[in-house]
Amino acid sequence: MNGLLILIPVALSLGLAGLAAFFWSLRDGQFEDLDGAAMRILIDDDEKERPAP
Amino acid sequence: MNVEALRSDWTRGASSTRFAVPDMHCAGCIAKIERMLPQSPGISAARVNFSARTVMVSHAPHLAEPDLIRAFDAIGFEAQPLHGAAAAQRNIALQRLLRALAVAGFAAMNVMLLSVSVWSGANGSSRSLFHWLSALIALPAVAYAGRPFFESAARALKAGTTNMDVPISIGVILATAMSLFETMTGGRHAWFDGALMLLAFLLAGRVLDEMMRGRAASGAEALVRRTAPGALVLAEDGTSRWMAADDLAVGDRLLVAAGERLAADGVVETGRSRFDLSLLTGESAPVTLAPGAAAMAGTLNLDGPVTLRVTAVGEARAIAEIARLMESATQAKSRFVRLADRAARLYAPAVHSLAALSFAGWMIAGAGWHQSLLIAVAVLLITCPCALGLAVPVAQVVVCGAMMRAGLLVKDGSALERLAEADEVLFDKTGTLTLGRPQPVDLPALGEEEARIARGLAMASRHPLAVALRQALGGADVGPATLTDVEDIAGEGIYARFEGRPVAMRRPTSKETDRAGQEDAMAVALDFGRGPVHVIHFADALRPDAAEAIAALSKLGLPGAIMSGDRMEAVAAMSGRLGMAGEGGMRPAEKLARLESLIAAGRHPLMVGDGLNDGPALATAHVSMAPASASDVGQQAADIVFLGDSLAGVPRAVRAARATMAVVRQNFVLAIGYNVLAVPLAIAGQVTPLVAAIAMSTSSLIVIANSMRLRWAAR
Repeated sequence: MNGLLILIPVALSLGLAGLAAFFWSLRDGQFEDLDGAAMRILIDDDEKERPAP
Repeated sequence: MNVEALRSDWTRGASSTRFAVPDMHCAGCIAKIERMLPQSPGISAARVNFSARTVMVSHAPHLAEPDLIRAFDAIGFEAQPLHGAAAAQRNIALQRLLRALAVAGFAAMNVMLLSVSVWSGANGSSRSLFHWLSALIALPAVAYAGRPFFESAARALKAGTTNMDVPISIGVILATAMSLFETMTGGRHAWFDGALMLLAFLLAGRVLDEMMRGRAASGAEALVRRTAPGALVLAEDGTSRWMAADDLAVGDRLLVAAGERLAADGVVETGRSRFDLSLLTGESAPVTLAPGAAAMAGTLNLDGPVTLRVTAVGEARAIAEIARLMESATQAKSRFVRLADRAARLYAPAVHSLAALSFAGWMIAGAGWHQSLLIAVAVLLITCPCALGLAVPVAQVVVCGAMMRAGLLVKDGSALERLAEADEVLFDKTGTLTLGRPQPVDLPALGEEEARIARGLAMASRHPLAVALRQALGGADVGPATLTDVEDIAGEGIYARFEGRPVAMRRPTSKETDRAGQEDAMAVALDFGRGPVHVIHFADALRPDAAEAIAALSKLGLPGAIMSGDRMEAVAAMSGRLGMAGEGGMRPAEKLARLESLIAAGRHPLMVGDGLNDGPALATAHVSMAPASASDVGQQAADIVFLGDSLAGVPRAVRAARATMAVVRQNFVLAIGYNVLAVPLAIAGQVTPLVAAIAMSTSSLIVIANSMRLRWAAR
């Protein structure tokens, strides 16, 4: 029973943290372009630094 | 000039425009657009939205759409401007629902964990603790996540009507209140999980529905905005001054320079110039107007200065007349009642009376108010339309995703319902059955050097024929030649020097045009300084698979007809070629009247058109489609916009819409079937929170799974 008193608040606060993270990402526009995000990871953004082939 | 000052000037006055760029396929395309576009002058940033295949361009306010399209063209992408597509306040409503959904989902999951412990045998003080914890989570969550329903229900009750949200609100509030009472008195069953799960499922349906809601964009407003804000008025004494469009009066003489749009209807008095009527007719070929010819507000003067005697201003202008027609047509269309709403009208009273009857029945049977109320709550929770609320939006969202991948942008969920009912299709000719832009009909075989010179010349001009030639000359594999002394003589052509010798892309002389009686505006002569002069004729080509698309449509039970503003002969030739009836010389009001009489006769016409003159018809028709190359008015008035040159999207959209409605009907059967099974149990008092949780989630999941079959519907 004592374990529950710790575990339940822990579980709830973890869930709340997830909810807060979702709100933040929604406000930040992270869901605007889901397919694009998957594509953008493939873009090299340091083309100038790359040694010439 | 100070660079900093220039930059701050840009950001202050920066405007942004959204473009559809259907040709984006990979990460490379995103990188190319976002890096290369800002390198052209005036463009400060470009941001790709790959899911929607759109690009948001921030640019200096003086850049017009054609300039931006040219910038896209220079890096090898075809772009079409999208108007009024970004609706900010819709986004706010959607975000509000999403937040409510997140809260309801979070609370439902946590309460469900506690409930599982109760169902698996927790009793005594631990059950009481779990119930209290559930109440602690559920009460604020219901208060927050239930607001969209409570507000809508309150509005309905205030207006003396009832809607789907009334039984939902009563059910949720009663269930929460009863559970709180049970918790306080140490009862066995609490319904917090059921109430929250109900909210979560319903909100999921609402979120999807909100995504599909039509944007009530007023195409008419955009239309009038496209005319010039004012004009240069010539006074009797020869002086001229700028006057706002509202202050112009009939009889004023206006001086219209090349490149200016007309602010009022008028008659050309002096001068001779070609006018771009594409805003009004959607036709790309410029029309030459000589003294005595009538010109309309919104058209663009291409070549030289003319003076114009004003014949109509303000609301009397032809363009304002079209705007008025569209306004009234849009109002008529809003009377369409969506399938889900029709279902709700029947469903809500049934649910109310069922719950009230079971309460009364158990009271009469002597069960006591406590148990009777518990049973009534169970009935309300069980009948609450989780699966019913998901039946329509899930299917529509899935099919719209599939259609978007196939190049069909659906602007409104109810458009699919209306499209599935369509039983007749009416086409505009120019720009709809045809591409609406000149295509070279006899491109001569050019040597490599000649092709490079031609490309160089074509890139120096923004004349429609030059643009068409540039596109026809193909991809970037042939780079443009470096030309010197480039001179653009309005109405004549482009003259330049290549390695010292004169080259030109110009209007052909009467000797060079071998086809007698042809409009000289639709041909250019390429002079390479040596060798023969090439004359290239242009014509508006039929869309590549128009015939197949029309055959497919009539096989689907949608016989076609042409309804055009063009000359009768041109329409007759086209209708003979495509094997369908055609009518020419129709004015916008006549097209509208034709559609209205069809609708009055109980038909459901699908209108496919692009031009401004089709705007009222597109807005009136039962359902309408427009190509992405359409005028912005056409795009806004249409329910579905198809990308690309092919007409195959039209029959594909019809098939997808019919598949959607089939799945929606199956979903209704599944949802109602579940109720038929579960409601007797609830009335009999056999439904515990566990049974309710399982029944609700299973029926919702089945409906979602059935809708997922539509992922491949738009092929």
